Amino acid sequence: MEQQPPDTPRIGVDEWVASVEGKRERYTGVRGALAREWERLPPPARVLVFAIPAALFPLVTTDGNVFRYGLFTLVYALLALGLNIVVGFAGLLDLGYVAFFGCGAYLYAILASPQFGNHWQAEAAIPVVVVFTAIVGLLVGLPSRRLFGDYLAILTLFFGQAFVIFVNNANRIDFPIFGHTDLTGGSNGIANIDPLNFFGYTIDSTKKQYYFLLISVALVLILLMFVNESRTGRAWRALREDPLAAEVMSIPVNRLKLLAFVCGAATAGFTGAIYGTIATAALPGDYDVGLLITIYAIMILGGFGSIMGIVVGAIVVSSVPELLRSSANARPLFYGAILLALLVKLRPWRLLAAELGGLLVLGFGIHAIAAAAYPRLVDGESIGSGVFAQGLDHWMLFPKNPVKIADVAYILLVAAIVVYPQLSRLWRAVLLPPLLYLVMFVWENLLLVHIGGATRLILLGALLVALMNVRPQGLFGTATVEIV
Amino acid sequence: MNWSLFFDLTVSGLTLGSLYALIALGYSLVYGILKLLNFAHGDVYMIGAFIGWYVLHALGGPLNPTFTGGVVLLLMFIIAMLGCGVLGVAIERFAYRPLRNAPRIAPLISALGVSIFLQNSALLVFGAGFRDYDTFDLIGVKTHNIGQLFFSVPQLLTVITSICLMVALTVFVARSRLGKAMRSTSFDREAASMMGIDVDRVISVTFFIGSALAGAAGVMFGLVFGQIYHFMGFIAGLKGFTAAVIGGIGSIPGAMLGGLIVGLGESYATGYLPQGSTFQNLYVFALLILVILVRPSGLLGKAALQKV
Repeated sequence: MEQQPPDTPRIGVDEWVASVEGKRERYTGVRGALAREWERLPPPARVLVFAIPAALFPLVTTDGNVFRYGLFTLVYALLALGLNIVVGFAGLLDLGYVAFFGCGAYLYAILASPQFGNHWQAEAAIPVVVVFTAIVGLLVGLPSRRLFGDYLAILTLFFGQAFVIFVNNANRIDFPIFGHTDLTGGSNGIANIDPLNFFGYTIDSTKKQYYFLLISVALVLILLMFVNESRTGRAWRALREDPLAAEVMSIPVNRLKLLAFVCGAATAGFTGAIYGTIATAALPGDYDVGLLITIYAIMILGGFGSIMGIVVGAIVVSSVPELLRSSANARPLFYGAILLALLVKLRPWRLLAAELGGLLVLGFGIHAIAAAAYPRLVDGESIGSGVFAQGLDHWMLFPKNPVKIADVAYILLVAAIVVYPQLSRLWRAVLLPPLLYLVMFVWENLLLVHIGGATRLILLGALLVALMNVRPQGLFGTATVEIV
Repeated sequence: MNWSLFFDLTVSGLTLGSLYALIALGYSLVYGILKLLNFAHGDVYMIGAFIGWYVLHALGGPLNPTFTGGVVLLLMFIIAMLGCGVLGVAIERFAYRPLRNAPRIAPLISALGVSIFLQNSALLVFGAGFRDYDTFDLIGVKTHNIGQLFFSVPQLLTVITSICLMVALTVFVARSRLGKAMRSTSFDREAASMMGIDVDRVISVTFFIGSALAGAAGVMFGLVFGQIYHFMGFIAGLKGFTAAVIGGIGSIPGAMLGGLIVGLGESYATGYLPQGSTFQNLYVFALLILVILVRPSGLLGKAALQKV
């Protein structure tokens, strides 16, 4: 063998893979100790780390709203865990996932509500619902078996849409055998779903529902952790990373894809049945794209394929809008976060000072020009009182009628946030003050005024963009390398 | 058999079909080169319809237009196509190009994000209601007929314009230098770049052309159906994609054929199948599944050989 220069990569050895163990050992101090302890815990014990505080949560609060927020967090978590099997483990982009959730809710409603006079017990109804949604998943997954990822994505997207069309109109179909049947109640949905009823024990209060959901989430978590370590879990990850290589390794790719798809659908159906009893109604509007985005946001936030990350993602996604609900809380949190990010990112303090100074000057300049040219732009007032709010009145634009202009500014802002990280260093430095001004304008005029509803998705989007820039693999995800 | 109903359905099916074919071309062109499903394509089509509306109303509205009807129409088409083309290039530059070497799932999610962004921006800026094109004031209400085939001027205009655009595209791809570059990039991107083809520029041009065709389709939709709204791109995009898959994704004549099949199929389903007007979209979905099951590579597509 001839002499090789020491710096060139050796053929047949992947440098990155070879250095992984070394990188792992580099965790030292408190963080390293914590990480090692975490690694050593068996999966069920890891679940307890989340389950115990969650179980104590009802003892701390008796507020009904807080309770509902807890319930939604758990529902989101359960849904995201199911989606994680399909997208995170197996790498199939399932955009009709919410339709399976809806299927579960509707089927449970048909089995246990006055709609058809059926009042099944939950121990009978839930297995039927789960099996049925799994079969629906199988039927949707079958044609996509032969396809690669992109076709599956659009097929499931179409399926999600078809589901909404179907439940919206299935109250006027004449079925061949049964005659005219009101299957789904059309756009009114099915109301008055029975509470969950196991062997005569009724789960009717919010507290009982909370504990039932908590136990379900914990069980699914433990199950998934074992699946993840199992032969099937490893095969899923292999086919996610490279389907061709997996097939060559004699992994039955098609069967495993289908299995992942069906497992995801069944989890969604199960969650749907429980959600139906919590909401006591199955409405077609609940199973739309908005929910799909929320669930995807949770999963991307937590990191694809990471089980604990998804629980954290669900908590973050459902609590951020709650925390920001009152402007007294929201303003310090928001500006605090921005300042912190600037402190971390803008390293030489002179640059930070220059940017902040530029922002101040820019604000006064814009305010002066606007006051002279278009007085309508400064006629409004900021929310709240105190020195800060009064100062803002002389610096920030507050249009008399902010809705339209703030909406347009918001769209500009989102586009700017996507474009900004891709610019060159110089442009980024020059454009940072205007960008910050735009951020503050949208925040003061739009987000602070009406948080919730549409703005919820906006916040989610901002959170995701910020995360993608800092940590592209998600909070708990592991970075993957593309091996060419 | 009721022939007049059949002819009516055929005319509306041909109109729909040429719209879907134009949308499908955008999907096919992009997929051919990048192997990427551009989810935002349907929403570019929606933006095209709105640009057309604004041009129409900037020129005095349909009742007293500044120029004669023909000039107004031409301007609507040109500006909508240019606007959508630029939008398409911008989407590619900022949403897809940074992710070109990322795992396959990343650009798909990015495309979904762009689609949601465009839809909600349109909702915020244009409002949730319908906008009327009022084309009948512009080019006349009259219905013409050839034998039993009854059609309106906008329908005829749509079919003729889209045929012209498709012929132009085919000639462009087959004959011009840039078209040759597009074909070679689609065949093998790496090899093309080694032969001195500026791949980034070719991809930008592809996005420009595809989005411009979608913009033209958007204006045509407004002309034929009279009303546009912010959500119209979603289902149209799905159907355009269906058309592209049926014809064989990546194949230009396939996209046209697929568009016609989906348009006529949808139209006949509305007329003849049970609950057709409610469930026409479900029937198109069933058609898509059928084609995928029977012939996944589409009617005119070639089964792709995977190279390792």
